[in-house]
Amino acid sequence: MPKRSPEERIRDFNEVALGYDEQMAVKEASRCIQCPEAPCIKGCPVGINIPKFIKFIRERKFEEAYRVVKEGSPIPAITGRVCPQEKQCEKYCTLAKLGQPIAIGALERFVADWAKERGVHVDLQQIDKRSERVAVIGSGPAGIVFATDLAKLGYDVTVFEALHEAGGVLVYGIPEFRLPKKIVREELAYMKDLGIDIELGIVVGKTVSIHELLEEYHAIFIATGAGHPRMLGVPGENLNYIYTANEFLTRVNLMKAYLFPEYDTPIHRGRRVAVIGGGNTAMDAARAALRLGAEEVYVLYRRTREEMPARREEIDNAEEEGVKFIFLVQPIGFKGDSQGNVSDVLLMKMALGEPDESGRPRPIPTGETTDIQVDVVINAIGFHPNPVIPMTTPEIRTDNRGRIVVDSDGRTSMRRVYAGGDIVVGEGTVIEAMGWGRKAALAVHKDLAIEKKLSIAVHKR
Amino acid sequence: MNKVLSKKVLAPNVKEMDVYVPRIARVAKPGQFVIVMPDEKGERIPLTLVDWNSFEGWIRLVFLEIGVTTYKLGLKEVGESLYYIVGPLGNPTYVGKFGTVIIVGGGVGIPAAYPIARAFKEVGNYVISIIGARTSKLLIYEDRIREVSNEVHVTTDDGSKGFKGFTSDMLANLLESGLKPDLIWMVGPAPMMKSCSAIAKKYGVKAVASLNPIMVCGMGMCGACRVTVAGRTRFACFEGPEFDADKVDWDELIKRLNMYRKEEQEALNRFRDALASIAMQR
Ligand SMILES: Cc1cc2nc3c(=O)[nH]c(=O)nc-3n(C[C@H](O)[C@H](O)[C@H](O)COP(=O)(O)OP(=O)(O)OC[C@H]3O[C@@H](n4cnc5c(N)ncnc54)[C@H](O)[C@@H]3O)c2cc1C
Ligand SMILES: Cc1cc2nc3c(=O)[nH]c(=O)nc-3n(C[C@H](O)[C@H](O)[C@H](O)COP(=O)(O)OP(=O)(O)OC[C@H]3O[C@@H](n4cnc5c(N)ncnc54)[C@H](O)[C@@H]3O)c2cc1C
Ligand code: SF4
Ligand code: SF4
Ligand code: FES
Repeated sequence: MPKRSPEERIRDFNEVALGYDEQMAVKEASRCIQCPEAPCIKGCPVGINIPKFIKFIRERKFEEAYRVVKEGSPIPAITGRVCPQEKQCEKYCTLAKLGQPIAIGALERFVADWAKERGVHVDLQQIDKRSERVAVIGSGPAGIVFATDLAKLGYDVTVFEALHEAGGVLVYGIPEFRLPKKIVREELAYMKDLGIDIELGIVVGKTVSIHELLEEYHAIFIATGAGHPRMLGVPGENLNYIYTANEFLTRVNLMKAYLFPEYDTPIHRGRRVAVIGGGNTAMDAARAALRLGAEEVYVLYRRTREEMPARREEIDNAEEEGVKFIFLVQPIGFKGDSQGNVSDVLLMKMALGEPDESGRPRPIPTGETTDIQVDVVINAIGFHPNPVIPMTTPEIRTDNRGRIVVDSDGRTSMRRVYAGGDIVVGEGTVIEAMGWGRKAALAVHKDLAIEKKLSIAVHKR
Repeated sequence: MNKVLSKKVLAPNVKEMDVYVPRIARVAKPGQFVIVMPDEKGERIPLTLVDWNSFEGWIRLVFLEIGVTTYKLGLKEVGESLYYIVGPLGNPTYVGKFGTVIIVGGGVGIPAAYPIARAFKEVGNYVISIIGARTSKLLIYEDRIREVSNEVHVTTDDGSKGFKGFTSDMLANLLESGLKPDLIWMVGPAPMMKSCSAIAKKYGVKAVASLNPIMVCGMGMCGACRVTVAGRTRFACFEGPEFDADKVDWDELIKRLNMYRKEEQEALNRFRDALASIAMQR
């Protein structure tokens, strides 16, 4: 896929990948051999009919292609951009074994952008409204899919979101240069078209409790994500300018600190920045730091390149842009100056050992240490499930890692309460979260039909 | 929703604002706070719930205009709406019947101490309030504090009213004179709380401090509000904002509060220039 040159793109926050034009899309689509078994579909958590939409592209029936895509993903402009395709649909593509898989994500993005440019909307069928009311907590990908699926079935859906903008990680985490916020807003507008009510500034568990919601809604879906940062637990980690990735990215993306002082939220623009971790979050933080003007950005990862969990494409992008990777190191402490500003990261050198539970080789300390001088550190080692609802609603069972325990359809231990996405899996992907939203929506639809017969009492406001 | 119902100037650059947010007023408890954004481009800042009325649906905020966000907030007129408010956040104060409770409030922390003093008194504690400001003109909420306290001690740095000195000096005097409170509860500038905490510790009195670190999300997502308490990293917004005062790493908190000095000053200068040029055009 065409991209802007690294020299140009690191000077701004505009999108890096430019996307296919019609000709390129048709050409790529023509490579698809329309496998009868369609193994690619198996790799897509929302089951998009991939051969079908690709065939339409080949026939230049872009609108039809868009319709097919939209049946699977309500937000194709987003999934086409951020799915780790090399681990999902494209991994299973027959052509992957023969060399180059079909660029399914890029094609998906193409039809979504094409439809948007032309103002094509999938017709909203006139649906019979149902009387049942459903509440969704959290407006990230899991909540979005759950809400749209049930709204399409005629349910009266309300989404509660704590922040001042809907979208979850899509707005506060993933930066503009990878996923323009305009696109997220447009995709969310579709929810409004479906009549979904989005209420911002409500922390469920604080502003209103799950019990109160159960009095007003027939079912509740918890999709509060895994937004609670994990700390390193090493000396000096609260020195100034040691950020969690969430704080750094929230300041940059949601609060638009890169436009300070036009926007009021400040961020410390470092010259030498160290990012700890090897996932998408680490790549996003490193590339954002570069765009804020850093001269040197180091990604410090405790394993090697092969084990990095980030999307391949973003690792390559980061490298092209000049981010430097230091592998097999683990922070063991930080030093600061007299004002409490961070000055050094102390590192333990690691070696790879036997595979751990995740199947990846376990990093083991070698005993050898080193340090690097920095003025900003971004901790991107990961997240815990958001603790607010589990803390305030003990009836909802969680496991020892704070994840809400659900059955295979998303039912929690509390009746009429469902959950899905990162709050259930820990750290997943956008499309996995969406898959959960879809499953839980089906479960709610099924369960409510049964409940209706039992006729539970729910008061209208 | 989020409409400003009334606005009062309590002291130079200190404003009191009632805002219509029934969903917050309905469940607010002493010790909790809200996060406010005055406009779309604004920062998210935490402000304490000073008072509220669940029937009428309003909450009361008192703030010191100190940087761009609080100045912008101060410019909101009655009838206008704030862009965003979320809450109530943080854990409510544990209001038990302890016996004698000393409440220390400094500066713009005095209004924040008001609902706490009220709650402690309501459950039958003997409430002694120590309130202080730099100078008498900046001393706010004295009457309110008197309504909800059994005893009130006023201090000013310059001696223009009450005792000349800091609230911590008054606290030391009371404890020195043999008073044995069962709890000291404090809110105010971090250096004030640091001193009060040291004094409480010296006399072996349990002390709780309501911390005011820089926050962004207010709900445990960003970690901007990290404080070290008893050697452990805690997120003040959702594990606090109150902690055992003698276990707080005050020096770290004070340093973290100064993290954006340069940017804040730059933003404030620009904001003032912009205001001045608007005024010129009129
Ligand atoms: C920086 C970053 C980059 C990423 N990059 C990729 C990528 O390229 N590709 C990919 O597939 N995945 C990526 N991921 C992972 C992906 O974003 C998540 O797996 C996905 O967003 C999870 O969706 P969710 O709906 O479960 O929760 P979230 O997206 O986390 O949304 C949860 C929402 O719930 C709200 N909320 C929380 N608690 C409450 C409450 N009590 N009341 C009301 N609202 C509440 C939150 O404010 C938030 O808006 C990335 C994650 C991060 C952090
Ligand atoms: C839980 C909590 C409750 C609070 N309640 C109140 C309240 O009821 N009334 C009130 O006036 N203020 C309160 N504060 C402080 C208030 O949030 C800050 O004054 C505000 O964020 C400043 O924003 P600004 O943009 O106007 O100033 P900035 O330009 O951001 O800062 C100007 C100056 O204020 C200092 N500052 C910045 N953030 C804070 C902070 N969080 N606490 C203390 N000083 C800060 C800076 O170091 C700087 O010197 C509270 C803070 C917390 C954490
Ligand atoms: S939604 Fe994601 S996994 Fe599914 S086809 Fe599209 S890019 Fe592939
Ligand atoms: S597996 Fe690849 S080639 Fe086969 S249908 Fe799917 S996309 Fe086309
Ligand atoms: S302010 Fe974001 S975690 Fe506390």
